[in-house]
Amino acid sequence: MSEEVIPVVSMRGIEKRFPGVLANDRVDFEVRPGEIHALLGENGAGKTTLMNILYGIYQPDGGEILIRGESVVIHSPREAIELGIGMVHQHFRLVTSHSVAENIVLGLPGNLFFPEQAAREKIEEFSDRYNLTVDPEARIWQLSAGEQQRVEIIKALYRGAEILIMDEPTSMLTPGEVEDLFTVLRRMANEGNTIIFISHKLDEVMAVSDRVTVLRQGRVEATLETAQTEKRELARLMVGREVLFRIEKNEIKLGEEVLRIEGLHALNDKGLPAISGVSLRIARGEILGIAGVAGNGQRELVETIAGLRPATGGHIFVSGHEITSRSPREIIEKDVCFVPGERLTALVPEMSVTENLILKTYRDQRFIRGLFFNTREINSHADDLIERYAVTTPTRDTPLKLLSGGNIQRVMLARETSGKPALLIAAHPTSGLDVGAIEYIWQLLLKERERGTAVLLVSEDLEEALTLSDRIAVIFEGELMGIVPSVDTDLEEIGLMMAGAHRLPVPEAGE
Amino acid sequence: MQFILSALRAAIPAGTPLLFGTLGEVYTERSGVLNLGIEGMMIMGSVTAFGVAHTTGNVWLAILLAALAGGLLALLHAFASITLKVNQVVSGLAITMLGLGVSGMMGKRYIGQPLDAGFTAVDIPLLSDIPIFGPLLFQFDPLVYLAILLVPLLWFVLYRTRWGLSLRSVGESPATADALGVNVVAVRYGAVFFGGLLAGVGGAYLSVVYAPAWIEGMTAGAGWIVIALTIFAMWDPLRALLGAYLFGGVRVLQYRLQPLGISPNLLAMLPFIFTILVLVASAGEAMRRRIGAPAALMQPYTREER
Ligand SMILES: Nc1ncnc2c1ncn2[C@@H]1O[C@H](COP(=O)(O)OP(=O)(O)OP(=O)(O)O)[C@@H](O)[C@H]1O
Ligand SMILES: [Mg+2]
Repeated sequence: MSEEVIPVVSMRGIEKRFPGVLANDRVDFEVRPGEIHALLGENGAGKTTLMNILYGIYQPDGGEILIRGESVVIHSPREAIELGIGMVHQHFRLVTSHSVAENIVLGLPGNLFFPEQAAREKIEEFSDRYNLTVDPEARIWQLSAGEQQRVEIIKALYRGAEILIMDEPTSMLTPGEVEDLFTVLRRMANEGNTIIFISHKLDEVMAVSDRVTVLRQGRVEATLETAQTEKRELARLMVGREVLFRIEKNEIKLGEEVLRIEGLHALNDKGLPAISGVSLRIARGEILGIAGVAGNGQRELVETIAGLRPATGGHIFVSGHEITSRSPREIIEKDVCFVPGERLTALVPEMSVTENLILKTYRDQRFIRGLFFNTREINSHADDLIERYAVTTPTRDTPLKLLSGGNIQRVMLARETSGKPALLIAAHPTSGLDVGAIEYIWQLLLKERERGTAVLLVSEDLEEALTLSDRIAVIFEGELMGIVPSVDTDLEEIGLMMAGAHRLPVPEAGE
Repeated sequence: MQFILSALRAAIPAGTPLLFGTLGEVYTERSGVLNLGIEGMMIMGSVTAFGVAHTTGNVWLAILLAALAGGLLALLHAFASITLKVNQVVSGLAITMLGLGVSGMMGKRYIGQPLDAGFTAVDIPLLSDIPIFGPLLFQFDPLVYLAILLVPLLWFVLYRTRWGLSLRSVGESPATADALGVNVVAVRYGAVFFGGLLAGVGGAYLSVVYAPAWIEGMTAGAGWIVIALTIFAMWDPLRALLGAYLFGGVRVLQYRLQPLGISPNLLAMLPFIFTILVLVASAGEAMRRRIGAPAALMQPYTREER
């Protein structure tokens, strides 16, 4: 590109401070018209902060912003919208009890009466033009994450956004939905729109962006042409060290059986069968990966094992004791640990890091002195875990919700694995995490395996499941399509099984 | 038959102050603010209206100023809970106590005074000519009709207009509304103020139409019943009508049962026993239909907070 092009967005020397952290440290960030510009960085690097400043949600402590060459101060999202900026937030901003149409027209001027009816035609036009099919009548809570995202994109387009910020749009999507999204983004860029794409998935950045800016600890490390860089370089810039993409997995002698599930049935939240007749076993020192397209019963399966959902049939044994439909507390006492997919369901965002770390073990003798907590013991336990699991937090008393996604996940894993579990259930342990954190968590899971823990791993990321697991169980519509060893796997066969088109006899069933 | 019709005839005026209050509280809570100051705002409405009607003889002016009195107290609640972000329960309770105290002081000289001014009943043409039914059901004072007219109007505004959409969204997810340029603070202030206006009118109805007299503490818990009715109404104006008249009926029953020798203490408990029953019943229905309080109820909003 020539030098004369005026950048659509130019942020200069942006600074933003939060209690205990410098989230943006003199950031210079420039985006050219019509490009897809990736913003890459670890958890907590300050990507969302920078974009929230551009969208008027945060006020910077320093620096200036130029839009299409003109200096502006963006006081509120309303002013950002007027400048043609749209943002799809990392945690979707949708009113879940309202309809799609209502969400799209919210806040628009004009049409005092029946605003959503008046907008219907235009919504359909956008749906057609960008292939963003979504039913305007549907309630948001009825939609999948992918569909919700389409609503978010239409929302931004409807307001005439020419600069679209997408904050980690892919972390909740299935691979198919990611492809669809990229098609939409490319089409929008071809029409002259500018897209800022936040991610920490290097493959996606390589696939979709024209240029990349890498942030690390609030500072810009580099801005590069995507075509002139490669994954390894980006990973190094982002994490500040070499990242191993392959992981060493030692051969392990399998121990005795820890988890045995026989013909398990359970219902989903709507009261319909979600898992039907699932049987499987996991031994000490083994990782069993559950692979499948999201929504095929993975969530219900792990919740049933953890005692959060009653079984409607079948049996679950841990170390020989039946735990079917027991209370979570009884199950915890059998040394079962659970890392749920929706992180914040097992953590209390308002409470401090320390309190979250002892949520499960606060009854432990060593934390109690008479009627009271033994604060000194609790604090030193927390400090120890914060150090061992490399949690980045201003202090141990910081409310958990102020930590970045990756650090919240570390707190979760610290709590769940520090108690030396017999069975560890990990659902999507790395979703939303950067490569550095993923590497760390993979190593942690492998360490658990080496220690003799039986691990049940649920992941939508097939690569992750294959890398970590000893065996892969494929689930489709609540039934196991087969269990295969993870070495020398036939990817095509697994793909067919995930789509329900192929089934292996399951040797363990009914044994 | 005659008994039922006359009970109905009595239930509607008895329920009217509750209806005003509940409609206002529905809007207030829809914006995400809980207003426990209703009792205080109603009683300020009562004393203001009585005072104005007593001195000027102008009942419409009395209603208007009563609405403003309620609205003014509501602004105090809005300032405390939206701007200062103090706990809404505490602020609401404080305002109720403030209203009860101030009204007692202001009303000292009106105790035992008669009121000459009043509303004349409006006959609805044709309908009021129907034998038996007509005079019983279609001859009320204008405020009864105003309350009834407000019901579909407020329903329409809430569900079919841009304003209503903003209001509901602010109460469900202020961060979403804010990101789309809706002024969360303004919407909340407006909703709380509007709730206060209606509470003031409800209180005025008690002292200039229903009683008509000034008695210290005359709202006698009506404000608390409004809070419960808002839940029973599931934050919907149409159901508010049903609930308010139902409670009007309970109040009437209270008077009608007294001559039968039932302990007056027991009867005084009736509305509150009924409140508990209604809350239990509506909790069940809310769970079945998955309708809940506005998701952001009682949550102050700060843009820069996570
Ligand atoms: N509203 C806030 N209050 C306090 N601290 C905040 C706030 N927002 C962000 N931070 C802190 O600022 C830093 C940068 O956070 P930010 O959300 O921008 O990271 P990110 O790059 O988007 O990370 P992730 O990949 O986890 O989304 C973090 O340390 C975070 O804890
Ligand atoms: Mg982020």
